[in-house]
This record gives sequence, C-alpha cells and structure tokens, in this order.
Amino acid sequence: MNKRKIMDQLFEQKVVILFVILCVLTIIASKQPLTFVANELFTRIARNSFLVLALIIPVLAGMGLNFGIVIGAMAAQIAVFLTTHWGFVGIGGFLLTALLATPMAVFFGFLVGKLFNKAKGSEMICGLVLGYFADGLYQLLFLFIFGGVIPINNPKLMIATGVGVKNTIDLKDTIKYSLDTVPMLTIVEIGFYIVVAAIVLSALIKLIQKQPVNWKKSLISLVVAGAVYAVTFIPAVESFLAADRLLLLWAVELWIAIVLVWQIAKFLWLKVIRKEDVNVKRTLAICVAAVLVYAITYIPAVYEILIYVRLPVMTYLCIAGLCLFNTVLMRTRLGQNMRTVGQSRVVANAAGINVDRTRITAMIFSTVLASWGQLIFLQNVGTFSTYGAHTQVGQFAIAALLVGGASVQKATNKQAILGVVLFHTLFIVAPLAGKELFGNAMIGEYFRVFVSYGVIALALAMHAWKKVAKVGPSTEFAPASAGALGGGSSASAASGGTAG
Amino acid sequence: MRDNAKVLVRQVGLPRIIIAGFFLLLLVAAGGFQMDLLQLCSDFLRRWGMYGVLVLAMVPAVQCGIGLNFGISMGIVGGLLGGLIVVEFRLANIPALVAVHPLLAQWVGILIAILIGVVLAAGIGWLYALLLNRVKGSEMTVTTYVGFSIIAFMNILWTILPFQSGELIYPNAGQGLRNTISLADSYSGVMNNTFAITIGSLTIPTGLLLFFFLMCLLVWLFMRSKTGEAMSAAGANPNFARANGINVNRMRLVGTILSTVLAAVGILVYAQGFGFMQLYNGPMMMGFTSVAAVLIGGASPRKARISHVLIGTFLFQSIMALALPVANQFIPESNLSEVMRLIISNGIIIYALTQTGGGDRE
Repeated sequence: MNKRKIMDQLFEQKVVILFVILCVLTIIASKQPLTFVANELFTRIARNSFLVLALIIPVLAGMGLNFGIVIGAMAAQIAVFLTTHWGFVGIGGFLLTALLATPMAVFFGFLVGKLFNKAKGSEMICGLVLGYFADGLYQLLFLFIFGGVIPINNPKLMIATGVGVKNTIDLKDTIKYSLDTVPMLTIVEIGFYIVVAAIVLSALIKLIQKQPVNWKKSLISLVVAGAVYAVTFIPAVESFLAADRLLLLWAVELWIAIVLVWQIAKFLWLKVIRKEDVNVKRTLAICVAAVLVYAITYIPAVYEILIYVRLPVMTYLCIAGLCLFNTVLMRTRLGQNMRTVGQSRVVANAAGINVDRTRITAMIFSTVLASWGQLIFLQNVGTFSTYGAHTQVGQFAIAALLVGGASVQKATNKQAILGVVLFHTLFIVAPLAGKELFGNAMIGEYFRVFVSYGVIALALAMHAWKKVAKVGPSTEFAPASAGALGGGSSASAASGGTAG
Repeated sequence: MRDNAKVLVRQVGLPRIIIAGFFLLLLVAAGGFQMDLLQLCSDFLRRWGMYGVLVLAMVPAVQCGIGLNFGISMGIVGGLLGGLIVVEFRLANIPALVAVHPLLAQWVGILIAILIGVVLAAGIGWLYALLLNRVKGSEMTVTTYVGFSIIAFMNILWTILPFQSGELIYPNAGQGLRNTISLADSYSGVMNNTFAITIGSLTIPTGLLLFFFLMCLLVWLFMRSKTGEAMSAAGANPNFARANGINVNRMRLVGTILSTVLAAVGILVYAQGFGFMQLYNGPMMMGFTSVAAVLIGGASPRKARISHVLIGTFLFQSIMALALPVANQFIPESNLSEVMRLIISNGIIIYALTQTGGGDRE
C-alpha cells in the first residue's frame, strides 16, 4: 500500500524528475566546473524568481498561465526609460522607478483583466496574442511617440534623428545592481524602523478603536527588536553586515541555525510552557536534517561552491517576501475568493462572490508583481534591450513554473523556485553541452528553446486532455458520476450545449 | 437610414469596416504622395497570391471544428523540407527539361517539392489530428504552442540534417542550413513568371493567381462534396452530426490533415514568390498572419469560407504593401509598417476571441 503511494507520488512528480535527470546529464556533458554553474545559477535565481512567482496568483484564480505578464514587464520598462532619461540613479532611482511602474501596471492589469473577462476559458491564448498586440503598441510608443510626439532631448538615449529610442540602454551608471547592493546593515536598520512603526501603529489603532492592548507583548517585541538592532553596533557584527553580498556558506549556516533555534524554541514553548502534545518525531527529524545539511557543507566539492557564490541579500529578501505574500494572500478572504473562483465560477457566483471583480484583482496583482520582477531583472542584468527585454518574459517564466511541476490549475511557491532552478540550470549548461557534444553551441541553444516551448505545449495539452477526460469543461455543476454513466456523447452534449 | 447602417455594420462587422476604411485611407495617402499606383497594384496582386494558400489552410481547420489553426507551422516545415530536397538534388534544373523551356524545369521542380511537402504534411497532420482529437475544446491554445514547439524542434534539425549543396549550407565549414536560402537558381518566381502580363508598370502574376484560384476551387469543391459537407456538419454541431451517423473524430482528422497539407503547399507558393526560403524562426509567426487574414475577411473561430480567404488576404496584404511606402513618407527608413502589422493582426485575433468567447468551449 505504502509502496504504491510512493509510486503515485513519483508519478505526480514525473516532470520534475525528468528535468532533474536532464539537468544532471547536461551538466556532466557540458564539462563545466560546478562552481561556475552554481554561481551562474544563483545569479539567475535572483534575477528570475520574482517574475515566476508573479504567475501564481492567476493560476489559483483559475485564469491559467498568465501570458499577460509581458504587459507588466512593459510597464516596468517604460518607467525605467523615463527615470533613466530624468537621470535618477541608485536605490533611490530604483524605488522611484518602481513607484512609477506600479500605477501603470495597475492600469494595464485592470485592462487585461477586463479583456480576460470577455474571453473566459481562453485566457491563455488571448494573453499570448495580447502580448504581441501590446508589443506593437510598445514599439509604437518607443519608436515614434518618444521623440516624435513627446519631445525628448537626450542624445544618449535617442536615435540620432531624435525620433525613437536606441536599441539598448546602458544602466551601468544608473540603476545597475541598485537593489542587489543594498548593504545588510541598511536592511536591518530599515527592518528595525518598520517593526517599531508597526508595533506603535497597531497599538495606536487598537487604542483608538477602544480595544484592549497587549502592552506586555508589544513591549517584549520592542525590546527584542531593539536588542537585534543594538547587536549591529558591535564592531564585528557591523563589519560583517556592512557587505551587500552574503557568502552562500554563511547563508546556509545562518539558515540552519535559524531552523534549529526555531524548532527547539517551538518545541519548548509548546511542551514545557503550554503543555500541549507535540510531534516529537517531526521536530527531531527536522533537527537531524538540519545537522545533516550542515555536515554536507564539509564535503570539499560542496564547500568549494559555498565559498564561491555570493548572494545579493536584498534581492533574495524580496523574493522571500513575495513567497510570503503569496502564502498570506491565500489565507485572506480575497485569496479564498480567488481560490473559489478558480475552482468553479458557478459555485463562486452562487456563493455571492463577484467573479469578474475577483479575476480583475488577480490580474492587477500579477501585472504589478511582474513589473517589479522585470525591474529586479533589469537592475541585475544592467543593460536594457529596449525592444527585446520583454519579449520572452512570459515564455521563460511560464516554462520555468511548469518545469517545477506546476500545472495550469495548480502552482505553489516551491514549484516556482524549483522550476527556476531546473530551467535555468538547463539555460546555463545546454549551449555548453551542445558545444561539447556536437561541436556546435547553437544546438544546445535550440534545444533549450525547444524545451521551453515543448514543456508549455505538453502542459497545455495535458491540461486539455484531462479536461476532456473529466467529461467536458462545462459540467462543473453536474455530478461527475452522471457524466461517466451517460458516456461520451452526453458529455459532449453538455459541452456542446453551452458552446459559443 | 440609421437602422440600415446598423444592420450593415452588424453584417460586415465593425473591424472589417475599420480595416477597409484604413486601406482606403492609405490608398488616398499613397495617391496624395504621387506614388505609382499601378506598381502598388501589382504588389497587391503578388502578395495576394503569395499568401493566399497559407490563409486557405484555415478553411478546412475552422470548418472541421478545430478552430483557428495557429499550428500551420506543422505543415510549413513539411513544405520547407520538400523545397530543400528539390534544391539539394537540383530537381528544378533537370537539363533535359531546361532544354525545352526553363520554366517547365522549374515547374517540375516546384511540383516535386509540393508533392514531397504534401506527403510529409499528411503524415505530420495525421499525428497532429490525433493529438487535437484528445484536446477538444482547447485546440487553439494547444495548437499555438505545438506550432512553436515544432519550429524550435526543426531548428535543431536544420542544424544537423545532412544536406550538402552549397546553396543550402553555411559556407566556410559552418554547420547547418542557412537562415535564408536563395531560390534564384531553382524555382524562384516560377508561378509569378508564368503567363505574367505586364501593362506599363502593372504586372499581373497570372500563373500565381491561377494556381491560387485553382487551390481555392479544389477546396471549394471538396467542401461541396459529401465528405466536405459531413466535415462542416461535424464542426458546426458535433452532437447533431454524431446523431446523424457522422464519425466526428474522423472528420476532424480529415480537416486537420487537409489544413496541414495546404500549409505545406502554401509555404512553397510563398517561397517561390518571395525568392527565398526562410528556415529557423522565419515561419514562426506565419500562423498568426494567416489567422489574422482570414479573420479580417470575415471568418470567425467557428466559420470560415473561401470568400473570407479571398477578401481577407487581399485586404490584409494590400495594407501591408501600402503601409511600408506610405509610412516611409512620414518617417524615412522606419519600421512603422511592421509595428502596424503587429497591431492589426493581433488586434483582430483578440477581437475574434472576445467575440465568441474563444474556441475554448466553456
């Protein structure tokens, strides 16, 4: 019984397993040192994860894979162009760009949502075509309106004739690495102020609303926050935090320490103070796993990677923050509504949920997040290809999500991150493997592109296949058994009846 | 009067009126710039014939019920392979035939290419149809990505296929087939030049148009045949068709294969008119262009007729032919026409998707 369960699990994960094998084989074939692959990989995780995570909300809202994130990316690029033209630099420039991109993305997301509501059931093809359509408008804006209609006098950005923006914009002196290089010290400092502000505000709000305030808890939180902040004034800690990149080794050690402390503290809290039953086995297993991971860091090959790779802290924090946001959102009422709409629009409607509005909200979220994701991508790459940076955004993000084991109807943070790791490993090594195996890097490159299209085609086909096997898409409110008894013809009768 | 106008708008469709109006506007602008209208007209005719068969491939697909076939690249690669084989073995330059008439040799060449293309496309189309029969209701989404995938897959093949001819492969020990293959020494312009009539600056590519019309006629005849009628019935209302003893899946199979085969023929007609064969990502968006053209002609994801193909291709391609010179008058050396192509072709597809709720039945 148990064995069969494991087999089922393995079968569920077939896409992931296939890609793990593929990645391992291509890494071997490429003959590249692991340190190189790991370093490239962590750069690409920082660059792309945000965009991939931006896809999750529409999937849960039942709108499928959002090819419309291209439009969010365009909003970001318009903002980048404007701030570059106005000459804002550094993290301030980056934040201003984000601030500028957000209302645009909200507006675009609203329009996309409106459109998708008119093409329910074919959001994906509609989103894809919409991406191309928007690309036309985008080119119109950058090639003719900038300079042609809106006078922009900037020989560094504009083509010599003064009409149209140059092909590439160098962000080296403006926002390149602006987010990646925020020092940890600043992050801790800002974090401290945010925590303090949050505690004070919540207490104030409760006072105004005449609710009882838990003074003891607030005070303890304040003291803890203060203590953490105070620690940063110790010279050794201060010098450690002054850097903007974190060595992967330290990141792993830090993470293991946090896991251990958290598990033990939780255990003690529940067992000793609250006297509740706790799953000792689980706690123990996690602790042992953490220690094992720590032991692995002593393996020379692993150690070599760990002391080679440096992580941009702020970027990774942003990605972690988005994961958290996705999780928290799904626990709110809005998130629950999205989930209900995703499962069945009919049921959602019957439950009094405004289906169209929920779908539009999901699209706005996704589009705004995509625009921020594109900003993170651009600040890391450092050169902005005016007419090319957005074209493959949807394609690669969606392929990555699917490689991680997600489907048209189900996607999680874990799948997104895993997908980014696998897809981008292939991204890095496939051309090199092609060169080693066939003496032609292009073959590897083409193979990679083929994989990215192929995996999407496969996922879409499997989704459609399942939908047909489940006896038509429109039998949501009919009991499934009735469809099964009626056989194929009654099934398609149901789907045919509501066609068009 | 007002009601009449409303009825007219509803019958012809707002986007078609806009696009036709845009075409007239461009035409007037071209006249205003004192361009050679006759030469532009020859351009219209040439492009009409060149793209026509590719657009025609939409008719059986839509009629058999799989909707707009974004995946005609499945057939296109078949046609390209046929064309490559003809160039490789110099089948368009068989000396005995060249001695009779060069055009005859070229015709033999392109017909062999079409024959090979059709055979390959029929095989690919059959597999493709089997897939599509399993994804009923989401064909368009699937066809788009399957179409992209085959292009990406063929990219690998184009690099490793063992072609030898110097016209095909990259010079200087490069690997793989060229991106753009010149047909100047094989069958370039064979249809365009057959019985071509030149009056002043107006050139009528009679052979090309005749071939296009012949293809239209064949499809039209097929649609009037018993199988064709059954196919349309299966596409329009599968349950009704099934109740009448029509094998719906088989009809979809026939329609998909026919569409794929027409795409293979279409790309060769296009290539001979263009003078080049484009490999790699060249044909990637051809599906979109063809879909847009047939939609402009008045088709919907549920219904497409030969007249839609004729009108749509003419309007769309004429706008494209006009846009470049007119746009250049405003902004020299710009690719405004390319931008316009993106906006028009994708705009009309989105419009069609929102009108019918798409091909995905919900």
